[in-house]
Amino acid sequence: MYRTRGEFAADGIGPGNRYGMTASGCGVATLLVRPDCIYISGAVRPDSGAACEGRVVMNIELTSADRAFRDEVRAFLATSLPPDIKRRVENGLELGREDYASWHRILYEKGWVAPGWPVDHGGTGWTHMQRYLYDEESAAASAPRIMPFGVNMVGPVIFTFGNSAQKARYLPRILSGEDWWCQGYSEPGAGSDLANLRTRAERDGDVYVVNGQKTWTTSAHWADHIFCLVRTDPDAAKPQQGISFLLIDMRSSGIEVKPIITIDGGHEVNDVFFEDVRVPVENLVGEENRGWTYAKFLLSFERAGIADVGRSKKQLAGLKRIAAAELSNGRPLSEDDRFREKIASLEIDLLALEYTELRALSRQTSGEEPGTEANILKIRGTEVQQRITELALEAVGTYANPYVPEALKDGWNEEPIGPEYAASVAPRYFNWRKASIYGGSNEIQKGIVAKLVLEL
Amino acid sequence: MDLSYGEDHTLLSESIARFIQNDYDFETRSRIAASDLGFDPTVWQQFADLGWLAIPFSEDEGGLGADPVSVMILMEQFGRGLVLEPYVPSILLGGRLIASMGGAEQRSRYLGDLIEGKIQLAFGHGEPGGRYALAHVATRAEGGAGGFTLSGHKAVVHNAEAADFIIVSARGSGEVRAQDGISLFVVPRETPGLTVRPYRTVDGFRAAELVLKGAQVGEDALLGEEGGAYPAIEAVTDRAVAAVCSEAVGVMDLLRETTLEYLKTRQQFGRPLGAFQVLQHRAVDMLIACEEARSLALMATLSLDKSAPERRRAVSAAKAHMGNSGRKVGQEAVQLHGGMGVTDELKVGHYFKRLTMIDTFFGDAAHHLDRFAGDA
Repeated sequence: MYRTRGEFAADGIGPGNRYGMTASGCGVATLLVRPDCIYISGAVRPDSGAACEGRVVMNIELTSADRAFRDEVRAFLATSLPPDIKRRVENGLELGREDYASWHRILYEKGWVAPGWPVDHGGTGWTHMQRYLYDEESAAASAPRIMPFGVNMVGPVIFTFGNSAQKARYLPRILSGEDWWCQGYSEPGAGSDLANLRTRAERDGDVYVVNGQKTWTTSAHWADHIFCLVRTDPDAAKPQQGISFLLIDMRSSGIEVKPIITIDGGHEVNDVFFEDVRVPVENLVGEENRGWTYAKFLLSFERAGIADVGRSKKQLAGLKRIAAAELSNGRPLSEDDRFREKIASLEIDLLALEYTELRALSRQTSGEEPGTEANILKIRGTEVQQRITELALEAVGTYANPYVPEALKDGWNEEPIGPEYAASVAPRYFNWRKASIYGGSNEIQKGIVAKLVLEL
Repeated sequence: MDLSYGEDHTLLSESIARFIQNDYDFETRSRIAASDLGFDPTVWQQFADLGWLAIPFSEDEGGLGADPVSVMILMEQFGRGLVLEPYVPSILLGGRLIASMGGAEQRSRYLGDLIEGKIQLAFGHGEPGGRYALAHVATRAEGGAGGFTLSGHKAVVHNAEAADFIIVSARGSGEVRAQDGISLFVVPRETPGLTVRPYRTVDGFRAAELVLKGAQVGEDALLGEEGGAYPAIEAVTDRAVAAVCSEAVGVMDLLRETTLEYLKTRQQFGRPLGAFQVLQHRAVDMLIACEEARSLALMATLSLDKSAPERRRAVSAAKAHMGNSGRKVGQEAVQLHGGMGVTDELKVGHYFKRLTMIDTFFGDAAHHLDRFAGDA
């Protein structure tokens, strides 16, 4: 059943033969392949000098086109990212709404604000690799992230399931940054068990009357609109079946936003209360009671960059700078064996994450459907992020103690207490505990992998 | 960048998988492990006939292109089959050392026969007390009229008893842990003054202690420049380490799949074990460990032809991770199999043992973490 080397030799085929070149004609094929044999004997190697039309065999280097793209992004960031915003991101200072908004506007004018969108809706048409490189370069340059609620969340739902009036009304304003969105999913009784949500929307003529409460709503205090999962059929057979996807103007009467202060002392999330809020029926996306389907689509849409490798690389570099500046027994902490090994171990985990994401990206590029690797990337990505904040906390030692929130605001001119970099370290550590909880807690992610991948 | 298999690689992978499935099942493997030699010469000849022994060598060396990805694919399947044949010591260490250090005459004397399956090689390098320091060579080489006299002790030399020639590292000058002063010699196993004390390893392989007491070799036994072998030793062992990381990926995958199957079939408390959430999450942790180990083995493989610092960093990252993820997956596979996991009868324990010993191959997780951090 196998052809041996001897048998190949009898046919005049041996090592070094340019025989059985692959369809792409790429590489020096020393592979011994015949359509009539089960067995192949040999190896392939990339021929770096060869001009190649088709697919080159597995390799780790960026193509010249990707390198050129990366350089273009890098050059754009170097000239276009406002220095004051860059400085605030670099130093872990608070960003205001205007910081996010002005960077959004700059990207919008460049045409790069929504890489994931289809080109005819304003997307960039980038490849998976280009999007990855863009994210990586943005993080390396200390650009703020783009608020995801409009561009990455409700936008795709609207261009996929919305009607033409909704597309015309909302999409251009999401792209331009005129409209800010927030996400009305979680409720006090519906966290991991999201389908247990109770916020009611009852039809009354041309409007839905909404009553209930959303919680953990990030930037509700900045938003113009909220996209909400609401219960339209309380009698549906399954909890998932009676839910609708509703777009609500935050200026509607009957909406009240109350801040939730998190353990770092910051204000990112809110409670949003709805009391007899009247929402025009034209704000329903898709069909009534099909909202769960759209919500699941939304969760699966933004897979690219979920591991946030670029930002973790940047944070790790910051951690190394802190470790080099801190002293331990009179020597830099970075030269302390035990601390150095902790950092090395973290760095290896980050490399493993990076190459797991790059493998997923290669599979997508070669046309495979994205699987549930996003769940794994979310779990490990957030674990790595949290570990970085944890080691930074360890590195600054007792200067983790002073709590001076003013020091995190730009323009604070007083003498820092302890090293300047220490001020943001503890708040960041505490704040970042959110990462393994939001977007589907890591335990929920494991449940999904167990069910869908392992079929347990 | 492209990290997915091309069609050619998929074909190669499937071919080797088919060999394992048809000709190297676990019973066959157990029979081979119990044999006197510890591997099957017929199987080895089959590897030669199929061209597998030629894969890591360039066309100039009489090989098939020296593509590291093909080696990776081969080793991953060997891991799945827990293959005992001495591919690593004979081909990836002995063969690659001769190919990268030897002169034209030495290469033609050994490599043709090696690739044809006619001779076996081994690499005697590590020493008692050296732990994993690659430059730790206390064995002495005294130059004299017409050759060298070798004296020292080499520890846990895989395939030494079956080897026709053992590549031995020895020092002509310098301190015990100095990189300069190390030379490599091709020593025929029957050389007077060389004692081979063979034994079985816990994972079913064969190794030996070598004691050299005034063993004489000719001038033509020296590979490359006298005293300048260290960079080649490091480059060759890095390639071999990347290869065993791929072997480990195969071992881990098989353990994970076997464990998952068990979770689905074993019934307790009236339902399959896999219905319990605490075990589901552990199965997911195993999957993550396997995927990450695979990512890093691939990264290391694709970094082998980069600059030495990049190569070192990539290989050590993969090996350090493999040591930890391998331990985790191995221990979990045993634990989730319950009492059956600690029996000799079940293959799980044998895979676990292989994985555990791979961690000791040219540096464990702690050693490579240190090397990755830039200090080894």
